Amino acid sequence: MSHRGVVYTETVVHAAPPQFVADAPYQLAIVDLEGGERRTVRILGGRVRIGDAVEFAEDRHGIAFFRKKEGGL
Amino acid sequence: MRPVAVVGIGKTAFGAFPDRDLRSLAVEAGAKCLAEAHVSPDKIEAFYLGNFAGPSFVGQNHLAPYVAGGLGIEGVPCTRFEAACASSGSAFFHAVSSVAAGLYDLVLVCGVEKMTSQPTPVVSEILAGAGDTGGEVRAGATFPALFGMIARRHMHQFGTTREHLAAVAVKSHSNGAKNPLAHMRKVITMEQALAGKPIAEPLTVYDCSLISDGAAAALVAPLERASEFTAKPARVLAIAQTSDAVALDHKADITTFRAVRLAGEKAYKMAGLSPADIQFAEVHDCFTIAEIVATEDLGWVKKGEGGRYALEGRTCLHGERPLNASGGLKAKGHPVGATGVGQICDVVMQIRGEAGDLQVARNEVGLAENLGGSGATAVVTILGAS
Repeated sequence: MSHRGVVYTETVVHAAPPQFVADAPYQLAIVDLEGGERRTVRILGGRVRIGDAVEFAEDRHGIAFFRKKEGGL
Repeated sequence: MRPVAVVGIGKTAFGAFPDRDLRSLAVEAGAKCLAEAHVSPDKIEAFYLGNFAGPSFVGQNHLAPYVAGGLGIEGVPCTRFEAACASSGSAFFHAVSSVAAGLYDLVLVCGVEKMTSQPTPVVSEILAGAGDTGGEVRAGATFPALFGMIARRHMHQFGTTREHLAAVAVKSHSNGAKNPLAHMRKVITMEQALAGKPIAEPLTVYDCSLISDGAAAALVAPLERASEFTAKPARVLAIAQTSDAVALDHKADITTFRAVRLAGEKAYKMAGLSPADIQFAEVHDCFTIAEIVATEDLGWVKKGEGGRYALEGRTCLHGERPLNASGGLKAKGHPVGATGVGQICDVVMQIRGEAGDLQVARNEVGLAENLGGSGATAVVTILGAS
């Protein structure tokens, strides 16, 4: 998986499924990764908007967390 | 292929019914349908049941013969169809196909879901099983989250606004308030809709359909035999079922449901009609954004103009093309496995002129659009006075 991409769309989930209740509200985004893959990821830190550049932050139990890339594109 | 008609319908109320089980709801709808058409259960040649998640919601499997037995239907093929929220649309598609092909004359189709016996977070988790559980769902997506992301992208590309979404909710609640079988019979204002509790941004509680119990049934027969059962058959002018990727992040463009577009194109071609010929419709408004996208995918407005179309009031009960006169999934309720056949019943009632306070003015040609998941299954049906 590429470690950099651009936010294609996003949402902030307030009504979370049982296993993520402690995380709510949390941001989820579909990211267009460099190389062409599109993937649903979680966002760490500040909220992102469509078109924002993001980069991989960490993996938690198989879930990819991304954050806003400093310095933009 | 021979012409086919819907010659009987039956519905339960949609709502939260703690003292009712899945089978009693399905049997009530099926029995009403058979009684209306004056058909005894032993005349039914096949029974098709649409149900999304009975095994998860109520712990019962082998549902088609389980329900059929309660209706007195025995010895014939009894089959369950599962296609998420398009489960009974798919069952209806296969019933029409088998009658059109000459395989059977009388097929009873039923849709049922019993959802309210589980707490909301568990319901949400079961519904998420209609998404890609190895990808988007694992990362934390719920169905409101998937449609929230669709709404965000639609807003970004086309300037769709929260007011556009709210206009759909206000209209649907206004209709649902007049529907004696609706789950939520409450008018809401634009201000209320805009101030709803957030569920998955930009969607609030007023953008989401309801968690409901309910069932609906339709009897399908060859048109040439329709007069044996009813004075007011509704002819199936066209029907199409299509598919697409299950995962939202596997779709190239999430502002459109490709499966709906394809099903619409096929159905219009089969019926020899254009989008402009559709006088009214029941569309799959699982979320307000889905109704806006449906108006674009089914060709009533240009891509990106669905939001403004809703806000202008043209889809209201007395507008140019009433959408979801029943109140839609938003207000009528959304017992997911019952929704597809429920829409067929609502369109048939309009064609018969039996929709009471919800009767639309022009009722000769109506459409039903049933969507599964975030667009992996679509069923589009066009019905007409025969």
